[in-house]
Amino acid sequence: MTQRSEMTRNGAALDGNAMAGDLREIFAVDVTAARYMCAGCRHTDAVATLMLWNQVPGLVARCPNCGDVVMRVVRAPDRVYLDLRGSVRLEVPLEGG
Amino acid sequence: MARTAVSGRLIWRAATLVAAHWETPTARTLVLDVPDWPGHLPGQHVDVRLTAEDGYRAQRSYSIASAWPHPDNRVELTVQRLDDGEVSPYLTDTVAVGDQIELRGPVGGWFVWRDTSPAPVLLVGGGSGMVPLMAMIRARATAGTKQPFHLLYSVRTPADVLYADELRRRARDDAGLDIHYIYTRKTPDDWPSPPKRIDVTALNTYGWPPDITPDCFVCGPTTFVETTADILVALGHDPKRIRTERFGGTS
Repeated sequence: MTQRSEMTRNGAALDGNAMAGDLREIFAVDVTAARYMCAGCRHTDAVATLMLWNQVPGLVARCPNCGDVVMRVVRAPDRVYLDLRGSVRLEVPLEGG
Repeated sequence: MARTAVSGRLIWRAATLVAAHWETPTARTLVLDVPDWPGHLPGQHVDVRLTAEDGYRAQRSYSIASAWPHPDNRVELTVQRLDDGEVSPYLTDTVAVGDQIELRGPVGGWFVWRDTSPAPVLLVGGGSGMVPLMAMIRARATAGTKQPFHLLYSVRTPADVLYADELRRRARDDAGLDIHYIYTRKTPDDWPSPPKRIDVTALNTYGWPPDITPDCFVCGPTTFVETTADILVALGHDPKRIRTERFGGTS
């Protein structure tokens, strides 16, 4: 929680919820409802709970537990770059599963 | 409905403003006609995109205030004007009935309440963080379900209460809905206590005991959300049942 508060004071104003629209342009499922595992500390929770920096041109989502970057989304005029090196895996619930 | 709300890729749609009204002097509800709206769950949001004549674009997320199904098949957003904002002043002061805005949604499948969940619900809203919680209260009434809801609503002054008349009516008519207000700067004249911020006492008195495992939804400014979530955990609530949404960037 201390880490989380410090991160907030450094400028994160949103959480992973706010990435939902940009991710749904790429994926057919709602990735914010998926669970990530942080490559830095192995913390796991919903993508919606990541700490989000949304200053253009990209989105940077950090782990609320350790502060490492879990996910980056950068939009160019004709494509989207998705950097997932900070997540060991994504666990995506399937509808009706 | 829940199924259509989350399947398929997302596209931008042109929504038409069919009505608008002020909730407070600085917050306006936009009633939108969105062709082929697939339905949504309470707590979901939309992205709104504005494009200037020179091609410059600005995009923001806004929570949906209305429930679905809606009697007139409309989607309602409530937008709080931030004076230094790039998007919100246009939506509160400029856009007129008949105008179109670009919208993408519904999105966000995590901060949502499902009427099939039998647990009691605690809603904690700060300022315009009330908007997605209002969608949940409306959805409960629309579905006619009986889960007991407790709402704690923190606002600066009585004049800042969103949906004041409707909340007064629902507190009277919606069985199982209890509402408590916290005023942080100015209270009504007959209020028993001075202005204060949300604290352990308020959450302990007007929330639910943790042993009945309520679903908790907290929405508001960052510090409000983090303070509330920390108190709920300290009171013994399961962190997995606490869902939060911070709205810091919707300027």
